[in-house]
Amino acid sequence: MSPERRREILRNAAGIGVAVGAYALSFGALSVAAGLSPLQTMVLSLVMFTGGSQFALVLVLGQGGSWPAAAGSAIMLGSRNLFYGPRVAELLDRPRGWRRLLTAQVTIDETTAMALGQEERAAARLAFWATAVSAYSLWNLGTLVGALGAALLPDPKALGLDAAAPAAFLALLAPRLRGREPWLVALAAAAVALALVPVVPAGVPVIVAALAAVAAGLRGKPVDP
Amino acid sequence: MIIWPAIIVGTVTCYLFKLAGLSIPERLLDNPRIRRIAALLPVALLAALTAIQTVATGSRLVIDARLAGVAAGAVALLLRAPFLVVVAVAAGTAALIRLL
Repeated sequence: MSPERRREILRNAAGIGVAVGAYALSFGALSVAAGLSPLQTMVLSLVMFTGGSQFALVLVLGQGGSWPAAAGSAIMLGSRNLFYGPRVAELLDRPRGWRRLLTAQVTIDETTAMALGQEERAAARLAFWATAVSAYSLWNLGTLVGALGAALLPDPKALGLDAAAPAAFLALLAPRLRGREPWLVALAAAAVALALVPVVPAGVPVIVAALAAVAAGLRGKPVDP
Repeated sequence: MIIWPAIIVGTVTCYLFKLAGLSIPERLLDNPRIRRIAALLPVALLAALTAIQTVATGSRLVIDARLAGVAAGAVALLLRAPFLVVVAVAAGTAALIRLL
């Protein structure tokens, strides 16, 4: 790996860290606005460390959802990390023991994408770990600043934080809406969830909408993603 | 609000998914149906969460400043604004409407 390539990887990893940190600011603020303490918010970022799941968990709780509904939403979103594992394990020469435990903690969207984007194995390793360090540190720093900042606010609604939450989900959703099928699934899931809101407990509509998508995936003809 | 059980169960299970992925042979996940579900599940969850957070309050559907905020955020997304700008535009729009 050339020194230029190495510098480029480190620069990209730092850039991803900054983006992740900005995202974490809004997570920290929304979590406290949803009713979690700064400590609970930090435990999520330090230990769960998978953004979409953390957002889902705090926002389902904030809507008055039960804890199983909140945990279930987070778990279903977190299940995608399972599919990153085999590629990551192969690129990192099948880590064992404590190395595997540590690698698992940072196997997320950003680190996987960076590692898969490299041509050489050494570059993939560097990209994975450089992104892991920058994303983990700035995700937690951003969460801390956002949580403490929001804890000082008198009324989160006055700042429009309740509109920031769905906008955050929309921003996570948008890059996945490529092609007809994701659009159909997204619209169907939104419609099912809204139809269920008045009739089932808070948090449940999200789970049912997701299960409906699973059913659609099982029934449909297997196609290339 | 019961919070800690959600944090503990959610966190432990999310970690076990990450660890399982590193530990199992790739061919176990290499099934077209499973891959389809893996691709569609986040789409469905995020769409449902977006819709609910935009117009639901408890068990009621309410149209308020949030909808305008999310619409403004969607416009920012179409203009390829970065994540924090999208969120800030949505929050700022909703806050502004409430002020007026």
